[in-house]
Amino acid sequence: MRAAPSVGMTLPERQHDCDVVQQMLYNASLWNGHRIHFDMPYATEVEGYPGLVVAGPLIGDWLHQVVDEWLGDSGMITAIEYSNRVAAFVGETVTAGGTVTGYDADSGEITVEVFVKNDRDDILAPGVITARLNR
Amino acid sequence: MSGLLSEEVLSHIGRQSEPRREIVTRRDIRKYAVATGNRQTKYLSGDIAPPLFHLHLFWDVVPLNELSPDGVSIDPLLPKFPLDKAMAGGLDITYHRPIKSGDWLTATRTLTDIYEKAGRSGPLIFYEVLMEVRNDNGELVISEKTTRIMR
Repeated sequence: MRAAPSVGMTLPERQHDCDVVQQMLYNASLWNGHRIHFDMPYATEVEGYPGLVVAGPLIGDWLHQVVDEWLGDSGMITAIEYSNRVAAFVGETVTAGGTVTGYDADSGEITVEVFVKNDRDDILAPGVITARLNR
Repeated sequence: MSGLLSEEVLSHIGRQSEPRREIVTRRDIRKYAVATGNRQTKYLSGDIAPPLFHLHLFWDVVPLNELSPDGVSIDPLLPKFPLDKAMAGGLDITYHRPIKSGDWLTATRTLTDIYEKAGRSGPLIFYEVLMEVRNDNGELVISEKTTRIMR
């Protein structure tokens, strides 16, 4: 973290390419065999999706990374609340970011509103992360 | 209430999974960190687990012939719901303690609630599962509430 947090401060955004190899490795690492993530005929013809669906918890991980990278070794994430609202598909580029909505200098507690959005500005996953700075 | 939820379905509330104990390895942390596009050395080296690593550690490892045709593992905690189209859900996680390679962790999952609500295009069923992850000293490491919606 380069500067002390303040309410309204925006965190550095990061783009993620929803790459098919990354999807495969991620789902395999979890033991997630859901066909919508790797079986194109199944995803499009049986489930009616426009493409391979990016795993929801991977988008959740990208929410964490916005705050976790910004914190570096200055603190740790203590809680998150988020939901997956809109799907992302392999081949899309999505953007993760956040804004500080609360900071208590005495306790070191920070709250950040985080999001992952697609290139049409649809919010795929909104969330709130709570973190605590090291004392 | 349109009364979609039978006594039988509701009787599953409170059902708990067998505790599962797993070891955190450096290699698993590294694989998870790489697969999620993580850029921080402390995770890529496998020393410390990034947040959400517990999903990797405790995703059910089921035999191939027990997966449903769409490749999904069937959650033994859940009853057969009268609505079966799963919609996106939400997660509410508290991180109590960091996870390091070499830690033994035990997860217990409890089906804590099932309820219905009227949605715009029909009834919706919600269910909540609480997962608690503890270390070998019995200390809480992570608590996670998952809410899922069926339509």
